[in-house]
Amino acid sequence: MKSLKAQHHRLSSAKEEIGILENPIPGSKGGGFSTYLDEVGLFPLKPTQLDTLQINLGKMCNQVCQHCHVDAGPDRKEIMTRDTMQQCLEVIKNHEIKTIDLTGGAPEMNPDFRWFVEAIRSIDSDVNIIVRCNLTIILANPKYHDLPEFFKKHRIEIASSLPYFTATKTDSQRGDGVFDKSIKALKLLNAQGYGIQDSGLILNLVYNPSGAFMPAPQSGLEVEFKKRLADKFGITFNSLFTITNLPISRFLEYLLRSDNYEAYMEKLIASFNPVAASGVMCRNTISVGWDGYLYDCDFNQMLELKVATADSQHIKDYNEKTLLGREIIVKNHCFGCTAGAGSSCGGTTA
Amino acid sequence: MKTYYNPEDLKNFGKIAEYQKPLADKFFDYYGEVFAEGALTAREKSLIALAVAHTIQCPYCIDAYTTDTMEKGCDEEQMMEAVHVAAAIRGGASLVHATQMMNKVKEISM
Repeated sequence: MKSLKAQHHRLSSAKEEIGILENPIPGSKGGGFSTYLDEVGLFPLKPTQLDTLQINLGKMCNQVCQHCHVDAGPDRKEIMTRDTMQQCLEVIKNHEIKTIDLTGGAPEMNPDFRWFVEAIRSIDSDVNIIVRCNLTIILANPKYHDLPEFFKKHRIEIASSLPYFTATKTDSQRGDGVFDKSIKALKLLNAQGYGIQDSGLILNLVYNPSGAFMPAPQSGLEVEFKKRLADKFGITFNSLFTITNLPISRFLEYLLRSDNYEAYMEKLIASFNPVAASGVMCRNTISVGWDGYLYDCDFNQMLELKVATADSQHIKDYNEKTLLGREIIVKNHCFGCTAGAGSSCGGTTA
Repeated sequence: MKTYYNPEDLKNFGKIAEYQKPLADKFFDYYGEVFAEGALTAREKSLIALAVAHTIQCPYCIDAYTTDTMEKGCDEEQMMEAVHVAAAIRGGASLVHATQMMNKVKEISM
């Protein structure tokens, strides 16, 4: 499967996606997401703090997942350069960042990935570094086989997608054979101590629905995942994060192609939860694109909606005060983060 | 084409209150409480509802509880097993009456 971009699909255009998303959904209040925020006193949406830097190291990936909001894949060549990483390091050096969240694509495919991790660790030995590892990358090529040891050496927290504890559902979303490879990779991580109680090495799994429906309640599903993975494969992990699929990029394409778009949006809107809205991740995170531009979140990044500041739109111009004072850009895809128990890269928010 | 069942009607279920609000309110309150976490989990209740939906062959209920069970984290195998429970009871309910037939056969046979 090719990326939407390689297919020259109309939904590879952010402008086209936004055009679709901004069409009113039958039965919803006029004005879209901002109206819903306004009614609960949250519009304009403002940051509360800046403690997480989520850095997209590139759109290249060894997988082509059906729901990928990045439209990542082997045919994507956008990669963060070492110069841009250096600019990120300057920010990390000079600000109180608590969490560096490295994502992609497969972040490990960036040729400077290890250099960057080592440089972050040399600046700050305590900062929490998360790598969003798709698991299969560990087995994709001999040069990645030692990633578990590398992660351990630098006390990286691992967050890995596993949509279900069965092959059918996992492979239908992430590609044929992904489940078996993911299980092998999880065993390798467990062997290093990841996900093992009291090891201090955190391995969290990420669940998102394999279709046009909402995620299951996080705590109940975590119990089920832990039991199934332990009983059948002897695998352990720390926490399960449940994430709602946002209606952008490939998941939007799926929703439209399967004629589920309207019903899905209606459900997200009907499930708008003010508590989830007040806890959305864009209030404490800045997302850095592969080219260094700054966004309110990874989803706004993919929709090419740069932060609404005049003079701090790029990591080289990072200005905490300006960014803290900005208004977060919201559009109808944001209903995905405020539905039900809420959704963020760290799971539910309400 | 006109049909008796329209999927769009499912989301209008709440509108039954327009003609008789007090009874609808009581029903929906009761409904909500029935499906809340209790001695049975909400997930178990959803699977029971899916099985019952197939027993009463209500298209609205089948749509609603297929989605609901998936949103409760069930997989297709679990859902199909629930439907087999319904089928087994339905089939069994027919077959167990065969004992009545057998009794009658014996009654009227030499």
